[in-house]
Amino acid sequence: MPDTSQTASRGFTLFPRLSGAAVAGILIAIFLMAFLILPVAQVIYVAFLDARTGAFTLQNFQDFFSTTLFRESFVNSFYVSAMSVVVATLIALPLAYITTRFNFAGTAAIQALGIIPLIMPPFVGAVAMSLLFGRNGSINLLLNQYFGFRIPFMEGLNGVILVQSIHYFPFILINLSASLRNIDRSMEEAAQNLGSHGVRMFRRIVFPLAMPGYLAGAALVFIKVFDDLGTPLLLNVNNMLAPQAYLRITGVGINDPMGYVISFILVAFSVFSLWASFLFMRGKDYATVQKGGGGLSRRDLKPSEKWLAWGVIVLILAMVLSPHIGLLLLAFGTIWSFSPLPDGFTVQHFGTIFTQSSQYVWNTIVYAGSAALIDVVLGTAIAYIVIRTKVAGRKWLDYMATAALAVPGVVLGIGYLRMFHGIQLPFGLGQMSSFWGIIIVALAVRRLPYALRACMAALQQVSLSLEEAAESLGASRASTIRRIVVPLMTGGILAGFVTSFATAAVELSATIMLVGRSSDAPLAYGIYLYMQSPAGRGPGAALGILAVVIVALGTYLSQRIIERERARQTMTGQQH
Amino acid sequence: MTQTKAGIRIEDLHLSFGDTKVLEGIDMVIEPGEFFAFLGPSGSGKSTLLRAIAGFGPTPRGRILIGDRDIAKLPPWKRNVGMVFQSYALWPHMSVRRNVAFGLEERRMPAREIGPRVERALETVGLLHLADRMPAQLSGGQQQRVALARTIAIEPQVLLLDEPLSNLDAALRVQMRRELLALQRKLGLTTIFVTHDQEEANTTSDRMAVLDKGVIQQIGTPQQLYDQPANAFVAGFLGTANILKGAMQGPDFVTAAGQRLPVAAPLGDANRIVLRPQNIRISGSGGEIAGRVAHREFLGSQIRYLVETPDGQIIVDTLHSSGQPPYDEGATVSLSIDSQSAPLLAD
Repeated sequence: MPDTSQTASRGFTLFPRLSGAAVAGILIAIFLMAFLILPVAQVIYVAFLDARTGAFTLQNFQDFFSTTLFRESFVNSFYVSAMSVVVATLIALPLAYITTRFNFAGTAAIQALGIIPLIMPPFVGAVAMSLLFGRNGSINLLLNQYFGFRIPFMEGLNGVILVQSIHYFPFILINLSASLRNIDRSMEEAAQNLGSHGVRMFRRIVFPLAMPGYLAGAALVFIKVFDDLGTPLLLNVNNMLAPQAYLRITGVGINDPMGYVISFILVAFSVFSLWASFLFMRGKDYATVQKGGGGLSRRDLKPSEKWLAWGVIVLILAMVLSPHIGLLLLAFGTIWSFSPLPDGFTVQHFGTIFTQSSQYVWNTIVYAGSAALIDVVLGTAIAYIVIRTKVAGRKWLDYMATAALAVPGVVLGIGYLRMFHGIQLPFGLGQMSSFWGIIIVALAVRRLPYALRACMAALQQVSLSLEEAAESLGASRASTIRRIVVPLMTGGILAGFVTSFATAAVELSATIMLVGRSSDAPLAYGIYLYMQSPAGRGPGAALGILAVVIVALGTYLSQRIIERERARQTMTGQQH
Repeated sequence: MTQTKAGIRIEDLHLSFGDTKVLEGIDMVIEPGEFFAFLGPSGSGKSTLLRAIAGFGPTPRGRILIGDRDIAKLPPWKRNVGMVFQSYALWPHMSVRRNVAFGLEERRMPAREIGPRVERALETVGLLHLADRMPAQLSGGQQQRVALARTIAIEPQVLLLDEPLSNLDAALRVQMRRELLALQRKLGLTTIFVTHDQEEANTTSDRMAVLDKGVIQQIGTPQQLYDQPANAFVAGFLGTANILKGAMQGPDFVTAAGQRLPVAAPLGDANRIVLRPQNIRISGSGGEIAGRVAHREFLGSQIRYLVETPDGQIIVDTLHSSGQPPYDEGATVSLSIDSQSAPLLAD
């Protein structure tokens, strides 16, 4: 809706522009309603319906909590998430402490540590991890041979905790390091000046100031683990919530209420965690670094401390790299069973996937590419509408798109199955819920919040005066957007595209529900299928390597684009 | 509050960041109860010197005595010098009361003594009614006072203020300046105040040290430094100064262009003369220096002329009274010097 005060000041050409933005906004709102809000709302709604009569009831929840398996799954999901936070903290805390408090040559190594895990989706490395750390994995075979004992790294829930915490600890590392880095040196000096020092000062001043960042990171890890489907599924741990939801819907059927009850619980926990992490951060912006001041003062390590620090880092590096190493061994190994290393090495698995399973790769490129394209188009449009126009309700576009963060992939998948089940598409495309196009939509919705942030950041970099300059030279609104705004946003949009593409390429939890035929399946699903049988592990790992390469390349590219953009921004010396 | 008044003596202090020398051969004595200012441009080393007294930054070479105790090698938490940071450094996760209590708690003082001490400190700065607020809920001036209360609560031997007024707006700055001075007088605390603002230093301090490039240029009362600057840097840093080159010839100072200026206190090896703009009289004729008005600025109470002379441009300030016609740009004028207020420099 046009804002009247704007109309008066901007004059005549305003109407076509604002109604254009409004129309775009309405179309986007319809898209988000159809593919995010309504499916999820329906899942929640169904959780409260009697499956036979359709009447409102709480019976489903009572049934859920009176079933031993579900109670156990609930407790397990909670336990695994909490323990993953604990283990991830144990990994992240020393790293954050070393980098922020000391002058340490290994800081670059620690920064690499913060990225390496993120380029491999946890489920990809899960099987490789059990071959390294499992009961008859390399480590335990060696331990048993030389010391006569085994450590149950991967037994049951332990395996999920280990794989998840190795994968997700960077969230805590990044947040905690940022918090520590944002503490101004004077905070610590004031305490020292008043007679405090050492552990006591750390406990009373430094730690409380870093707490909000830590908690935000921890909440994120908790919810990612709580919602994850792929890792427990591949480790064959089924007594957790997400796998139970998946198994109920795919096994018992689309009308079984238990899948919906579990979905409701997953969404509730997601919303609660996001809300909690928002609360932790709100009003606690303890970023106290002053202009020209430094972060906490760093001191040099003594030689003995230096060795200790390197020891910790090498140990963590070994742990963090173990899924990658395991995957490589698996992908290039012939037979790997009951031995520390594969019997021999081969490239045959790669041949297998290229001759038999190339459809996975092509599907992935088409799906992730289309999803990323949708994301940047929607992201740019939403960013523009929210930041630069006065369209009524524009903030809600942002809220709706961002709400996808709180929706676990399993829940979105179930929602699509429920909502689009039985809708026949024209042109012989079959049922909508099993049409491959719906996978693209699911991926696009899941990745939209991240792409939207990238686009918003890009648009905020474009100074309003640049647009005004174009308008004052006679350019219409549309041609200003086309010739000035979008070209200047290119870097950010491109970075958003690449990130969306790379992460969508390895998404499993929503797609696993929506894949109708194996010929329509993407890479992640292919890995899942292969990993089901010992014979398929080699090709599965080879596919996994491909996935890692795609994500790594994507991460690298988006990083390069962002850096180049930043360099350009500083070069032209734009002011805001 | 009872304070043990302690003086500060700094002896041959050197300090460097890596290979960069930041302080060289600092020697000074600050009397007990004195309000002392470190004045200098940014990068002069004034803050570094203050931080060295508090125990922050690289360990310096030399001695820092507070009373009879050499604290140069002590860690910050054993020095008992109170420092108020430029950014105030209030801990955002603690209330005002807990911020102020912190130092006392660290000294393991019994809780029943801490409460009254905190209230007394807050009362001293007039903020007792805000004791349970969080720092983020306070204005800049209030935060400044809390930082001050937090520091005086521990009853330090010495109070160090690092550019305490720089984060306040202009009106508040003048008010806080007076309050700081009043508080210092009341507590009788030996106080060092770091600033780059000569007006702040002039109005508050008993004595001050002017620093440049890590070296003390001059120590004295504000008036001494203004009237008898030791070198061209001090002369130029404190107020506006016309500095003319030349040499002594008998009782007079002769400028490079040959203008003869009478001086009250001849100095044999003087090679420069400092002429303050307000100590030069401008007239149509009869002065020591002839020139031509190159530029004129009307400043309200004053008129500032830029006069082109054989010795270069000279700035002259004259009081403005209405009805008195100013000299036009291009007019030929003559400048006369007050021999009593034209200090000589030899360097």
